[in-house]
Amino acid sequence: MSAVNNTATTRVQYKKRSQTKEIWRRFRKNKSSIIGMIIIAILIICAIFAENIAPYDPVKQDYAHTLEHPSKEHIFGTDEFGRDIFSRIIFGARTSLSVGLISVSISCIVGGVIGAISGYFGGRIDTFIMRCMDVFLAIPSILFNISIIAALGPGIVNMMIAVGVSNIPRYCRIMRASVLQIKNQEFIEAAKAGGALDFFIITFHVVPNSLAPIIVQATLNVGSAIIACAGLSFIGVGISPPTPEWGAMLSNGRDLLRNYSYITAFPGLAIMITVLSLNLMGDGLRDAFDPKLKR
Amino acid sequence: MLKYIIRRIIMMIPVMLGVTFVVFTMLYITPGDPAQTILGENATEETIAELREEMGLDRPFIIQYFDYVWKIVTKGDFGRSYTNQQPVINALIDRFPNTIILAVSSAAIAVILGLILGVVSAVKQYSIFDNFSMTLALIGLSMPNFWQGLLLMLLFSLKLGWFPVSGFTTWKHLILPALTVGTSSCAIIARMTRSSMLEVVRQDYVDSARAKGQKEYIVIIKHALRNAMIPIITAVGLQFGAMLGGSVITESVFSIPGIGKLMVDSIKARDYPSVQAGVLLIALSFCVVNLLVDLLYAATDPRMKSNIEGKA
Amino acid sequence: MKNDYILEIEDLTVKYITEDSIVSAVNNMSLKLERGNTLGFVGETGAGKTTTAKSIMRLLPEPPTKIESGKIIFNGENILEKSIKHMQSIRGNKISMIFQDPMTALNPVIPIIDQIAEVILLHQTKDRKAAYKRAEEMLEIVEIKKERGEEYPHQFSGGMKQRVVIAIALACTPDLLIADEPTTALDVTIQAQVLKLMHDIKESNNTSMIMITHDLGIVAEACDNVAVIYAGSIVEYGTKEDIFNSHAHPYTEGLFNCIPDLSKTESELIPIKGIMPDPSDLPTGCKFHPRCPYAVDRCSKEEPESKEISDGHMVKCFLEHRK
Repeated sequence: MSAVNNTATTRVQYKKRSQTKEIWRRFRKNKSSIIGMIIIAILIICAIFAENIAPYDPVKQDYAHTLEHPSKEHIFGTDEFGRDIFSRIIFGARTSLSVGLISVSISCIVGGVIGAISGYFGGRIDTFIMRCMDVFLAIPSILFNISIIAALGPGIVNMMIAVGVSNIPRYCRIMRASVLQIKNQEFIEAAKAGGALDFFIITFHVVPNSLAPIIVQATLNVGSAIIACAGLSFIGVGISPPTPEWGAMLSNGRDLLRNYSYITAFPGLAIMITVLSLNLMGDGLRDAFDPKLKR
Repeated sequence: MLKYIIRRIIMMIPVMLGVTFVVFTMLYITPGDPAQTILGENATEETIAELREEMGLDRPFIIQYFDYVWKIVTKGDFGRSYTNQQPVINALIDRFPNTIILAVSSAAIAVILGLILGVVSAVKQYSIFDNFSMTLALIGLSMPNFWQGLLLMLLFSLKLGWFPVSGFTTWKHLILPALTVGTSSCAIIARMTRSSMLEVVRQDYVDSARAKGQKEYIVIIKHALRNAMIPIITAVGLQFGAMLGGSVITESVFSIPGIGKLMVDSIKARDYPSVQAGVLLIALSFCVVNLLVDLLYAATDPRMKSNIEGKA
Repeated sequence: MKNDYILEIEDLTVKYITEDSIVSAVNNMSLKLERGNTLGFVGETGAGKTTTAKSIMRLLPEPPTKIESGKIIFNGENILEKSIKHMQSIRGNKISMIFQDPMTALNPVIPIIDQIAEVILLHQTKDRKAAYKRAEEMLEIVEIKKERGEEYPHQFSGGMKQRVVIAIALACTPDLLIADEPTTALDVTIQAQVLKLMHDIKESNNTSMIMITHDLGIVAEACDNVAVIYAGSIVEYGTKEDIFNSHAHPYTEGLFNCIPDLSKTESELIPIKGIMPDPSDLPTGCKFHPRCPYAVDRCSKEEPESKEISDGHMVKCFLEHRK
């Protein structure tokens, strides 16, 4: 399109605003990303203050009120043990969000470090690391998760490790690519010429310049990590009952699908809304960081 | 070209060795003694030690690893299932076709639908169709497939009775699972196609095709899409891996006797050789698919092709 | 032969409409091109030369672009009123275009012979054999061995690619050829070859041509008439001799001052001060006045009319500095 106009306007804007403000301005313009961000904020509040928000104890069984359809007392109904589904979903937000965040942090940090090393030093180290990553990538992530869980045994911590480890190659590749891209730029040469240590250069020059794609990927990835964990719980190798977790709740409701479909409907909706919000936010962030990608 | 294919197959070998190594190591560090597991709680120390020797479990790790690989390569022997003592390979042969049928039909749905949605969205950028299908794609991407599977089952099997609830014998059994597995890949391919097409349609050569007086739909299909396909092919390859993985959970939802269900059942029964074999087989299929994708890539992009022929 | 115009543009106004702004790319442009002649479009990047060219081909995407008003009369018919289907029969057949960058103008995944044959199959013959034979002839006319037809664009050098582009553009012997900076992306030595080639083919087919360029050297070599374009309007129009020997507009003068002249001992270049105005926020009055060394009060208030200072030599300036 009109290249003239674009360059002219960006030139003016860069004078006026700093880069962070510029990113925020672009992000704010995207309404759906803002909605996503608000929903995520609400979910985080729910997760932190679950005790105060949830009307019932999420694990307390109440055999007087089993399998009640949604009503005033139990707005999402109760399950076959009489537990309040709404309360379980509120507490499930805590489980899912923390599982998602922790596993993504694992992959982000480990993958980022490996990728930075690989890209910065290059040569044989790079070749070796990238071949290892090829091996990891050859195993579809859910199978990788399953085999790690098979080795370590089921449970919430092992699940987070499994999901975290299986995503390492993604971050490794992104970080490596960004490092390769900026490694040869002049300010890095300048830092090297100034006698800076490799570690110093990586931490203070290379990493901050590669953050944008990592942040975008991490935001999108929290969503897929939540789905992966819910999936593992669903097939019964992740979080085990009675801990409130959306995937396990879905799995519970399976056998009652025909007559009590609300038991599966609400946890599924919860997962979808959470992941959708994260995706909206991630897309918005990506466009805000790199306006060239958006058209 | 042939040389390139051979080179690519040779390059697959270290990756596959790596995969077997990773999987074998995981099995090795698994807590619990396989001999104990097979013989049960009541076995005596002596019988356990006997079985350990018979299975070669007393040898060093690295020897066991090469023995494991050697048996797979020469005899197709993946070991015996802990639960029924049958060779794992038998179960794999029984179940593998089901998984492949499911993955291939999901891939067909995902690719065809994804390409159509993506191309039309790009051509009609910012139209109602574009907004609608991209919203749909985003929802498809955000929906966990096991939940989607349950919803489809609820609506089309339990309420409407159009399709059977479970099993895997006729084409009717295939539709819902294939939709379930294909949805998120379809969404990814649609998004990818849209952005790739948007990138391509503003290239000069698309305008030069129009400047020749070419009809718009031919400009889009022959000139734009063929170029846009290059990154899409890579995405489709990666998605095939995701679909093989997705079938693991979906097979459980719809009770399809495939590799995925075998693995899930085996994990619960602590039948590790079966899990291990399942992971290996699917990783191997994924490698083969990636090889095919690379060849397709080379066939689509003449720059790649002459690069290959230049080297060979 | 009087009034035998292949192309007449009357009062053409083209705008880019985006969410944030409306950009006037072409403002009330009028011009006439005689059959068989070559008209040079001269101006800085972003002056609206390519937009004008693409309007003639009707290749501007709508939205965001909008042809607000005006007529483009080609062979006596206003092509702005024609259906897209009709335009498809004109494009590549009656009017061809050579794009600026040969590196990107050819489809990278299609062998070049197919790309040449495509345009022939569209307009001249449905017979594939004949079309490919003609395509091979075209390759030879642009001095590329026909054996190389099966190769892909990346296997050719820039100059060869541009020759392929020329072969495509001229395959159906169009009445009008629009060349958008055909040599900008090429080496100087290749430039001369390509220009000569275009000239020869044009002469043998009596093709009219619009040559878009910012290089006055190319104008001197290839054009009969020249239109100097600034901020979407023609500021001066005349024969090559008018423009080179007796240019009157301060902007044209500025362009000539930017060329080193070895015949003068004091060879200091005088650049035009300032930059092109933002097309979404054009100045009032004469669009050149903020950069014009001769600007007077009147220039910022009124927009000058185009006036004829000698036969066919039009200048859009009050010419106060000459009085």
